[in-house]
Amino acid sequence: MNRELIFKRVAFSSATLILVLLLSIFIMLFVSAKPAMSEYGLHFLVESNWGKIVKIKSDKSKAISQKTKRSADKSDDLFADEDSPMFSDQTMPGNDQSEQVVKTKTIYGGFVPIMGTILSTLIAMVFSMPIAMGIAVFLSEIAPKIIVKPVGIAIELLAAIPSIIYGMWGLFYFAPLIQKVIGGSQISLLTAGLVLGIMILPFMAAITRDAMNTTPDVLKESAYSLGATKFEVVKDIIFPYAKVGIIGSVILSLGRALGETMAVAFLIGSVFKISGSLTSPSISIPVVLANNFGEADPQMMSALFYLAFILFILSFGIIALAKFYFLRGRR
Amino acid sequence: MAKELIMDIKDFSFKYAGAPKPSLMNINLPVYKNKITAMIGPSGCGKSTLLRSINRIHDLYPNNEYTGEINLLNIQKNEFENILDIKKENEFIKLRQRVGMIFQKPTPFPMSIYDNVAYGLRLSGLKDKNILDEKVEKALKGAAIWDETKDRLKESAMGMSGGQQQRLCIARAVALKPEVILFDEPTSALDPISTKAIEELISELKEFVSIVIVTHNMQQASRLSDFTAFMYIGELIEYNKTDKIFLNPKEKLTEDYITGRFG
Repeated sequence: MNRELIFKRVAFSSATLILVLLLSIFIMLFVSAKPAMSEYGLHFLVESNWGKIVKIKSDKSKAISQKTKRSADKSDDLFADEDSPMFSDQTMPGNDQSEQVVKTKTIYGGFVPIMGTILSTLIAMVFSMPIAMGIAVFLSEIAPKIIVKPVGIAIELLAAIPSIIYGMWGLFYFAPLIQKVIGGSQISLLTAGLVLGIMILPFMAAITRDAMNTTPDVLKESAYSLGATKFEVVKDIIFPYAKVGIIGSVILSLGRALGETMAVAFLIGSVFKISGSLTSPSISIPVVLANNFGEADPQMMSALFYLAFILFILSFGIIALAKFYFLRGRR
Repeated sequence: MAKELIMDIKDFSFKYAGAPKPSLMNINLPVYKNKITAMIGPSGCGKSTLLRSINRIHDLYPNNEYTGEINLLNIQKNEFENILDIKKENEFIKLRQRVGMIFQKPTPFPMSIYDNVAYGLRLSGLKDKNILDEKVEKALKGAAIWDETKDRLKESAMGMSGGQQQRLCIARAVALKPEVILFDEPTSALDPISTKAIEELISELKEFVSIVIVTHNMQQASRLSDFTAFMYIGELIEYNKTDKIFLNPKEKLTEDYITGRFG
């Protein structure tokens, strides 16, 4: 048979597979998240309770005590009152546990894990970006050749360490150190963010170095020929020239940090709380997902998928942005 | 016209880091003030290496070895200084401001046309906006590119044509008022019309600066230069006035090369 044709078809279907995968993941997430989406809507993004049981309708005998209880949680009050008639068929009768019939609904909100994800990623970026730039500048411009090779290999090895090992190292060695220096809790947003930063550091440094290395030698030599110093060449020639690649490396690292599960799970504390202090424990989206799928009821499952969907959109948006930058640079 | 030396290269030898043998051996070459000195020779003969030694660009890369002297006239003191003695970074910077360099491919920086020309001036500490404007204009006029750029000074230099970019690079070098400008095959990446413009520019420039040019194009060397040096495998075979080299070479090798028998 026509070998050309077979070859073309095989190549084509391999390429199509990627699109099919992407689409099927998106659809699966969306469909699974649909019940939670229609129930909580966008309020999910700002709701800070997770798995909180709210009583909606009760028997006349208990009416007063529940009313007081409800008004204690101000944030849920309005929500529950508004929607209560619609939930009558979804509520569960609690007659096994107690003598009176109590209708309840469970509220899931993504605010804490979303903020935890964003904050831990932000800490990681703020921590790792200057260091990665420093490493890249050193490797591409300053270091003698004898040092460049081993340090380059070390960076690649660091990037190859499984994240769970970073998590263990962070928990047993790094977190106590941070506690000694800064104080606060060992298990916290801050330590999770810092370990995350250390994890993405080699990745970011390597890509940034590669981007800087694409600066043509004659361009640097031209600047030196005009009397520029090394610092001036880095600042005025290499950074502007490699800008697109550097931004790309930062955004790719950001995408990686957003989705990291294991290292963060060790260190963030898995507490559904967001407090003013960075040194207190919190939780991030991937950690919520990893911890809760095992024993989730259908409603919680849907809420978890909603969270996963949000994470997908976040990462997808960031990678798309990176691609946009790369493409723009090529033109 | 009295011939005045601006540079004097004496017994200069050069070996790249890790190379088994030297790339340049015992080069003796005078460079006259406000003249154009051309260096010709087949690929790999060391002419670019010699050119790059004159502003010590080689020193950006470690472990190259050299011996001999490259003497550059200090105009204020009216005496020669050996630039191979330079060791401190600020002296390198001064040297490179005195000896500018233009490369084979145009090397505009990723910034505006104005900033490209102002770059070296700003590095040398000039901040006054009016003086900068004035010097940038003068340099662009000096490189015969003012008319094409005066309305788009704020635009990126990357959008210019190759010939324009090369003239911009010349303007950038001229702005610093160097004593010598080194041209490393400045037209080899350009079309014939741009080449002609650059050649005209170079012959105008010699009023203000001394020029050393490396070229593969023998017509270019004979059209442009006052003196020509022929190099072959790391040695300077013959040096003389350009018309003598081209019309009446003393060495057989030179004759073979310029008549196109090899190269």
